[in-house]
Amino acid sequence: MFKIIRRSQLNPTTVLMEIEAPYIAAKARAGQFIIYRVDEYGERVPLTIADHNTEKGTITIIFQAIGSSTHKLAQLSEGDSILDVVGPLGTATEYGDAKRVAVVGGGVGCAIAYPQAKQLFEAGVEVDVIAGFRSKDIIILEKEMEAVSNELHICTDDGSAGYHGFVTNKLKELIDSGKQYDLVIAIGPVPMMKFVCKTTEPYGIKTIVSLNPIMIDGTGMCGGCRVTVDGKIRYACVEGPDFDGHKVDFDELMRRNSTYKQHEHEHLCNLTGGVR
Amino acid sequence: MAVKPNMQPNKTPVTEQEPLVRARNFKEVSMGYTEEEAINEASRCLNCKKPLCVTGCPVSVRIPEFIALVREGKFVEAYKIIKGTNSLPAVTGRVCPQERQCESKCVRGKNGEPVAIGRLERFCADYAMKHPELSEKNTAPTPNGHKVAIVGAGPSSLSCAGDLAKLGYKVTIFEAFHTAGGVLMYGIPEFRLPKAIVQQEIDGLKAMGVEIMTDMVIGKVLSIDEIMADGYEAVFVGSGAGLPRFMGIEGEALVGVYSANEYLTRINLMKAYLDEYDTPIRRAKRVAVVGGGNVAMDAARSAMRLGAEKVYIIYRRSMEEIPARREEVHHAQEEGIEFRLLNNPIRIVGDDDGNVTGIECIKMELGEPDESGRRSPVAVEGSEFMLDVDSVIMAIGTSPNPLIRSTTPGIEANKRGCLVVDESTNATTKDGVYAGGDAVTGAATVILAMGAGKKAAASIDEYIKSK
Repeated sequence: MFKIIRRSQLNPTTVLMEIEAPYIAAKARAGQFIIYRVDEYGERVPLTIADHNTEKGTITIIFQAIGSSTHKLAQLSEGDSILDVVGPLGTATEYGDAKRVAVVGGGVGCAIAYPQAKQLFEAGVEVDVIAGFRSKDIIILEKEMEAVSNELHICTDDGSAGYHGFVTNKLKELIDSGKQYDLVIAIGPVPMMKFVCKTTEPYGIKTIVSLNPIMIDGTGMCGGCRVTVDGKIRYACVEGPDFDGHKVDFDELMRRNSTYKQHEHEHLCNLTGGVR
Repeated sequence: MAVKPNMQPNKTPVTEQEPLVRARNFKEVSMGYTEEEAINEASRCLNCKKPLCVTGCPVSVRIPEFIALVREGKFVEAYKIIKGTNSLPAVTGRVCPQERQCESKCVRGKNGEPVAIGRLERFCADYAMKHPELSEKNTAPTPNGHKVAIVGAGPSSLSCAGDLAKLGYKVTIFEAFHTAGGVLMYGIPEFRLPKAIVQQEIDGLKAMGVEIMTDMVIGKVLSIDEIMADGYEAVFVGSGAGLPRFMGIEGEALVGVYSANEYLTRINLMKAYLDEYDTPIRRAKRVAVVGGGNVAMDAARSAMRLGAEKVYIIYRRSMEEIPARREEVHHAQEEGIEFRLLNNPIRIVGDDDGNVTGIECIKMELGEPDESGRRSPVAVEGSEFMLDVDSVIMAIGTSPNPLIRSTTPGIEANKRGCLVVDESTNATTKDGVYAGGDAVTGAATVILAMGAGKKAAASIDEYIKSK
């Protein structure tokens, strides 16, 4: 059992939980993930580790209550326990010798973009963070991202805060204005990552994406998380979740991620009494 | 022994669920022998002076001895004889390929059917489980003061843990999943091996003092070196097979294409077939399973139980070469699964949304024997044809998981990625580290894994004593 020692609601659908998991906290590195199972009936669900504290023996996860399993998790309170948490899984992000990095986060993906920015910033790398949200009221981690970046660019789809437009537009503007990024890290919804890669490709800027395919064991056993990268089958759980975004078949990933859409919808209706 | 053997030529039949009924439920297919049936079958054993059956058993169960006790109605005593060399009799009685092991050597098989050793083994184990008051309780033996760590909680590890615990070792098993049991839990379906039985075997180990830490992926959360630095004097690696293989044909990323590992894990470990569990699974109507092993049979029969109207097994060789246990092939046929033998998939096709709609195959014929001794299939030109299916399950094997070998300095693997061990001791190339099961052999059987775990336990005992 893994005790939740802190829970905070970052916006109406996004929740932060700090969880006691000393073994994982001792080993976690930016880019790695955990798999949780809320209770005996729960699915195994992967979530990227947003932060960890080795001394306290805790890890932090930030997630959006969007499907039935994340709803179930969101219903837990401080002091409650999660039945299973396993990790740290996957490989840590490799930054190479990048000197100027743009970290692009979309929505709840900012929860994972943040530790990446933090790690780079603390290592003395020049970091710009471009964080996109639908509107002002769902912005998360603004102060935190501000603290670990040279420039923070908040973007909103509706223009209610910061830059009015998509992160890709902002990224292109920055590049065109003379920013010489040698690495872009994009984390967010699959379409966003796809278009960030399309944006950076003509400039030849290496772009790392963190993929979120369907997964069960997370240790290289089930093959559910297979993605096509550079025309080859790769397993996101053991070889990823980070990949060279210019080589990822995003359309295939989107299709595969929709495998259980119908099921998910029915399940959520049961959980919320038909209200969504 | 003056008792005359029962010369009935065939095995005593065992009651099974009706094929068309069981094909729609997940309850166990075979009900097992009654006491009378077991005694009747046991009396077919000739009690040979040189029992060849024993030589066919990877863990050398004293077969004629236990069968003689069954014949006398001493079922618990018979169970104890089996348990002396086989730590999981309720499991092996159900899943061993007896027709290639003990039963293949049985003299009775020369003129009729061999003695149903597997069914008798299962009977004894089930009897003992149903009558716990008759058998001695599993208790923790006197500790000998030494600690051993085991990576993985599948059959090789459970067998290794059981033997070491009996010798007084403090054994800790590190399991990656949330449940111990390995393939017995995630792979083999409920209708062939009820999970309550596996759990009972695991609880027995716990009662002997074996500690099981779940949710621990060794190679990630702890390395083997860290485990050894923590006071464990030896480590057994039974981490199992790894990444599922795909054929590398067009369409394998379509929605509705599963590896058998994923399909079976969703069903068996995550219980996707039960409404109260959250894990989803596609309830496909027409399913093609590619492969001819036990895993392929399990996947095909599971698809049927999830409501499929049509299930194909697509296998590129003929029935002669099919590697699955004979009983599983027979059961699958009875349940209405269609075997498309000497057929090989060449591509999977889908609709505009990326959902599987069919699998194109080509007919094969058998050519010269290959290195495995089996005649290798050759495609018949121009014989392509399409099967309409909405799901495809690939059951064509796995390649070893790289996690241990890539995080353990000093441990060697062969070209295929399997851990290299000394065959007589199961010692790896790293001092104090032993290995067995699929991590060493690649995908094989439960009983071979158990045999390896047993051998490693004896080697570990010797290693620690000689230090």
